[in-house]
Amino acid sequence: MKKHLLSINDLSAQEAVEILNTASELAKISDGPMKKLPTLRGRTVVNLFFEDSTRTRISFESAAKRLSADVINFSAKGSSVSKGESLKDTAQTLQAMGADAVVIRHGASGAAQRLADSGWISASVINAGDGTHEHPTQALLDAYTIRSKFPDLTNNFSGLRVAIVGDILHSRVARSNVLLLTKLGATVTLVAPPTLIPVGVTDWNVKVSYDLDSVIKDVDVLMMLRVQSERMLNSFFPSEREYSRGYGLDSMRLDSLKTNSIVMHPGPMNRGLEISAESADSHKSVVLAQVSNGVLIRMAVLYQLLGGAALAGEVGA
Amino acid sequence: MEFTITNARLLDGSIVDVAVKDGLITKVGSDLNEGRKIDAAKNLLIPGLVDLHTHLREPGREDSETVATGSMAAAKGGFTAISAMANTFPVADTAGVVEQVYRLGQEAGYCDVFPIGAVTQGLGGKNLAELGAMANSKAKVRIFSDDGKCVSDPLLMRRALEYVKTFNGIIAQHAQEPALTVDSQMNEGIVSSKLGLAGWPAVAEEAIIARDILLAEHVGSRLHICHLTTAGGVDLVRFAKSRGINVTAEVTPHHLLLTEDLVQNYDPVFKVNPPLRTEKDVLALRKGLADGTIDIVGTDHAPHPTEDKDCEWQSAAFGMVGLETALSVVVKSMIETKLMNWNDLVDRMSIAPAKIAGYANHGNRIEVGANANLTIINTSSEWVVDRNKLASKSKNTPFEGMKLPVQVLHTFLNGKQVLASGEIVKGESK
Repeated sequence: MKKHLLSINDLSAQEAVEILNTASELAKISDGPMKKLPTLRGRTVVNLFFEDSTRTRISFESAAKRLSADVINFSAKGSSVSKGESLKDTAQTLQAMGADAVVIRHGASGAAQRLADSGWISASVINAGDGTHEHPTQALLDAYTIRSKFPDLTNNFSGLRVAIVGDILHSRVARSNVLLLTKLGATVTLVAPPTLIPVGVTDWNVKVSYDLDSVIKDVDVLMMLRVQSERMLNSFFPSEREYSRGYGLDSMRLDSLKTNSIVMHPGPMNRGLEISAESADSHKSVVLAQVSNGVLIRMAVLYQLLGGAALAGEVGA
Repeated sequence: MEFTITNARLLDGSIVDVAVKDGLITKVGSDLNEGRKIDAAKNLLIPGLVDLHTHLREPGREDSETVATGSMAAAKGGFTAISAMANTFPVADTAGVVEQVYRLGQEAGYCDVFPIGAVTQGLGGKNLAELGAMANSKAKVRIFSDDGKCVSDPLLMRRALEYVKTFNGIIAQHAQEPALTVDSQMNEGIVSSKLGLAGWPAVAEEAIIARDILLAEHVGSRLHICHLTTAGGVDLVRFAKSRGINVTAEVTPHHLLLTEDLVQNYDPVFKVNPPLRTEKDVLALRKGLADGTIDIVGTDHAPHPTEDKDCEWQSAAFGMVGLETALSVVVKSMIETKLMNWNDLVDRMSIAPAKIAGYANHGNRIEVGANANLTIINTSSEWVVDRNKLASKSKNTPFEGMKLPVQVLHTFLNGKQVLASGEIVKGESK
């Protein structure tokens, strides 16, 4: 296993599947009486969050604790970072305190890679979302969730049709999901108004559509992205209502999905904008499964990066 | 002071001796024996290089570069004249500041430093700076630029173009439509889409070039386009020249050699404005420089202290140092590729820029009576870029570790040797 997880590009298809398989094994343990594993006892995981994201931080924290690691949460707000301390100094301070892994969420694309490549620190770096670049553990938990809903898919997602709908341009979730799903063999269609599709998308190995209604009836997985209403101020779309009419998942569109199709959303949802309350709460929605699978995937990633003992042995013990 | 450069190879291949006295070339011939002898050992003697695009950071950011350290870097790079951009603190938008920069250059004495004046007060893009006062100052400013910022207001640009006609001035435009490049980080295209960095589209450069070409035609003024980076921009300049519009254009060494692919690892040493573009753009720029559509090479030497690059991409400063690598990079991208010969290179890096700026003592043929602003180059050696050996105060070179052709051996400024065997000649001895 590699030292860092910065981008889905760091993983081969096989390595990605191994993470999913590890998560499956961990799920079996989590269902048992002893939820906590001793694997990372004595190791320190730092959650270095320069952006507010309670959900992601709690998910990583819970994953690290279930593996018995010590967890330090470092939030930029109210810390020395707000007094002008650089990423380099913050990282080196954490290193000096003995961090074995740094989970970083940062508003600048590439911040995680800078942390890993710059020689500032020697800890493993896990990208928990960098700017508008990537969010690899989100893609892994999404793939895990898809696989659990479509049991025929094991190591290969070929034949699976996925539509990702919304603000592709600014979405790190979309970038990581496109990379992982296409790597696993799925067919991905991006659906958005042209203003929210990057001009370089021609090289992404995906289909692009501006018309949700023509795409929705054929897909197995419909992944809705959060749309920030401030995009409207920069003329990416004229109004929330117009966006919602064209690209929101309402009851009509929900009904046009195939029987076995699922609806995903990385959260937090804007109910009424990109997804209606009925759709979010319908039996097709797997939003809560995504959340609980997030902990398993992050356990699997920490487990593999920090080199725990062979999992099978532990499970047997 | 009198000396003779012996065994110098000229561009036509002939080997000559060149005698220099009191700043001028006094004799060109064989077996000359005037004063001290400096053996050129059959290395190439050319007029000193001239840069119309240099950031020296003094006054205001002396931590990254001073006029003196930038001048030393210039001498090491074979330049005898550089042009200090106006985006200092305070901005070079008054006669006082340009005279200060000019005087600092004279005092340092490693190359002639000609200040560029700001077009607008404080680079604010709202009101014209006192262009006439700067032109009539001791610094005799002829080039005006808000470089780093675009003069984006079309009416203000028109007025500036018209106004400088009274003293044969020229407006050097940093072509970047601000509304199309809000928060932009790199070239917009396939790479930016993958890296999730906000894009700086080629059209933001080309839209301004197109507009300014038409404005220059309309008012009959001289326009200079700074650091052209796109294939479309080259086409626009070619079109303008075919229409007889008085436009000149510049390209940087880094845009002739490097592409946006280098951004993949988010190392901010490759962060520059305008950004590194695609292979297609690089090839178009090379072709444009070779066929004369692009008139000159300008370094856009932009020093930044370590802390402004040792950070995440988005927080890093834009810019690269370039004075000490410019000649080698142009040789690598233009001569080694057989697109140009040495005559062409001397035109694009010395003769043409001196002519555009009106630097009468630079970029002249090597003949009796010419000012002794000269550079001697070993055209057959190679060197490896080591940022810690740069004379510049800042170390932000994108060419670190790269093996580059040709080395500057000696540089002479107004008849004084300022670089000897690659080493700066300091103090009284020069």
